[in-house]
Amino acid sequence: MANGTTSGSAPAGGRMQELLGWVDARFPLTRMWEEQWGKYYAPKNLNNWYLFGSLSLFVLVLQIVSGIFLTMNYKPAAAEAFGSVEYIMRDVEWGWLLRYLHSTGASAFFLVVYLHMFRAMLYGSYRKPRELLWIVGMLIYLVLMGEAFFGYLLPWGNMSYWGAQVIVSLFGTLPVIGGGLVEWIRGDFYISDITLNRFFALHVIALPLVLVFLVAAHLLALHETGSNNPDGVEIKKKKDKDGNPLDGIHSHPYYTVKDLMGLAFFLVPFCAVVFFSPELGGLFLEAPNFEPANPMQTPEHIAPVWYFTPFYAMLRAVPAFFGTQVWGVLVMGGAIVLLFFLPWLDRSPVKSIRYRGPVYKVALALFVVWFVILGYCGLRPAVEPFKTLSVVGTIYYFAFFLLMPWYTRLDSYKPEPERVTYHAH
Amino acid sequence: MPTKKIVLLAAWLLPTAALAAGGVPLDDAGTDIHNDASLQRGARNFVNYCLGCHSAQYMRWNRMAEDLGIPEEDLQQSLMFTGGKPFDPMKSAMPRADSERWFGKAPPDLSLIARSRGVDYIYTFLRSYYADPSRPTGVNNLVLANTAMPHVLAHLQGVPQPKIELVTAEGGVTEQHVTGLLPGAPGELSTEEYDEFVRDTVNFLDYVGEPVKAERQKMGVWVVMFLVVFWLLAWLLKREYWKDIR
Repeated sequence: MANGTTSGSAPAGGRMQELLGWVDARFPLTRMWEEQWGKYYAPKNLNNWYLFGSLSLFVLVLQIVSGIFLTMNYKPAAAEAFGSVEYIMRDVEWGWLLRYLHSTGASAFFLVVYLHMFRAMLYGSYRKPRELLWIVGMLIYLVLMGEAFFGYLLPWGNMSYWGAQVIVSLFGTLPVIGGGLVEWIRGDFYISDITLNRFFALHVIALPLVLVFLVAAHLLALHETGSNNPDGVEIKKKKDKDGNPLDGIHSHPYYTVKDLMGLAFFLVPFCAVVFFSPELGGLFLEAPNFEPANPMQTPEHIAPVWYFTPFYAMLRAVPAFFGTQVWGVLVMGGAIVLLFFLPWLDRSPVKSIRYRGPVYKVALALFVVWFVILGYCGLRPAVEPFKTLSVVGTIYYFAFFLLMPWYTRLDSYKPEPERVTYHAH
Repeated sequence: MPTKKIVLLAAWLLPTAALAAGGVPLDDAGTDIHNDASLQRGARNFVNYCLGCHSAQYMRWNRMAEDLGIPEEDLQQSLMFTGGKPFDPMKSAMPRADSERWFGKAPPDLSLIARSRGVDYIYTFLRSYYADPSRPTGVNNLVLANTAMPHVLAHLQGVPQPKIELVTAEGGVTEQHVTGLLPGAPGELSTEEYDEFVRDTVNFLDYVGEPVKAERQKMGVWVVMFLVVFWLLAWLLKREYWKDIR
């Protein structure tokens, strides 16, 4: 198995080889497969944190496929949208499953992407030479947020409606252009049929196209630089006589079977949510969204879906100055923009958390704690103690990134090993 | 700040809803979507007491009959009083214009009420009416103050009396607050029987909110069991391949 040399294949295999040869003479099929996966050398010490990349890819495919079938039955019109979702839930064969896969998939997408990003922070995966890989990943995250936001309006429930209303009006805080910009986004003086129609177009074609393109770029960039690993040392530095990394193994079959195991593991809780609690207590599907959009009546408490709430908490944490709320919007935007600069903010001589000093370890642990607290505060009404917690969390979030050039440089560190550490099972 | 504006708007538009949300603790409805007998009784209650004014426009008669194990013959004879085709949606015969004139607003569609409000809310609401002569309907409700809905189940439950307490508000003003219910004119059912009646009805509304719910939960057990086995096999496969790696 390890040698990968299988002799004495059946005559049918020979026929297949012939066909493959014919294709390869005209299109680099085998070369693409081998470069991108089959003979791509991945470090042998990748741990389970490295499963979230392939899981993100799986969820993307799941969203696209379930989305295509939903589109066949959904009506993007204010008068019909809500009813068409109920039609999918009741009259379309397996329509309820399509809808729950898609709605649970949206939350799962953010969950695996957040864990994937955190993995990069643990092991310094964004550091040189993977800066562009990180930036493309951040663009994916940004487009994903847009995709989620546009998609959220489509069921045309009351939370869809008012959520869109609140988020779109954020642009109205920008000086001079604000009012015109909001009108331009909505295509109307309020969230209307026209807005729904254009959000539908953006959700089902524009952003998915961009997303697929960016994911392809992300994978190409990854396979160009090679994967980082939990030790944060470059496997390309130590090569055998054939020029292959000593600590690298072929992605296929090793990471194919490992990713398969990861997928199976992920699907257990995922399907448990889909089949037993698709609303997840209002976290994935909110109760007010089972009422049709009503421009005359706001839901009691408007909050975005959980994956936006850390940033929503930051928005609310900033008070108005000089009679405008634009500062909160800028802080929220700044929180995202900062992430793009992470490769240059981190000045530690080592990449991986394994060899970093105590300062970074504590700073990162607190970052996780405060990010989760911010997310919780964003779900709750803007009252005490959530107001104060949001302010402290926002300050910590910015301090973590803005002070990083100093504390990562001053922090102690352990020397990195020459080669990756791996204990055979 | 738009959010603040919206919150203010909400407070202005929805004083009653806000009170209800902050006021009464909701009782546990204790419904069971897998209890077909309860669902069948609930369907009977719904048709007899709710459908006169409320629709369940996303629910088809024959889907309901099939899911609840009601033969189509019985459906036509004892539930579909107003005729129509079995695949018609469960719509109220009351003209919308009339209902708006009579109640001030059309009674809301109940297809998704259990999903938007929750079963505990409806269960508590239907058990929280009390006599209030100042209201045009003669009743008021602890959960939804000044509700336009009359107490249609009054002959079953009877009409409880309000428990009024004097509360000294800020500024020394003494106000009358309804803090609970006291037994009033009795109805045809005992308290336990009435609770059971409401529970069946709410259970049915839970079913109507998502007809596939019971089925998907049953299916989910098999799906998750299959996936656990699949994961185990995938893990063994991975271990086998990775034996090569030193």
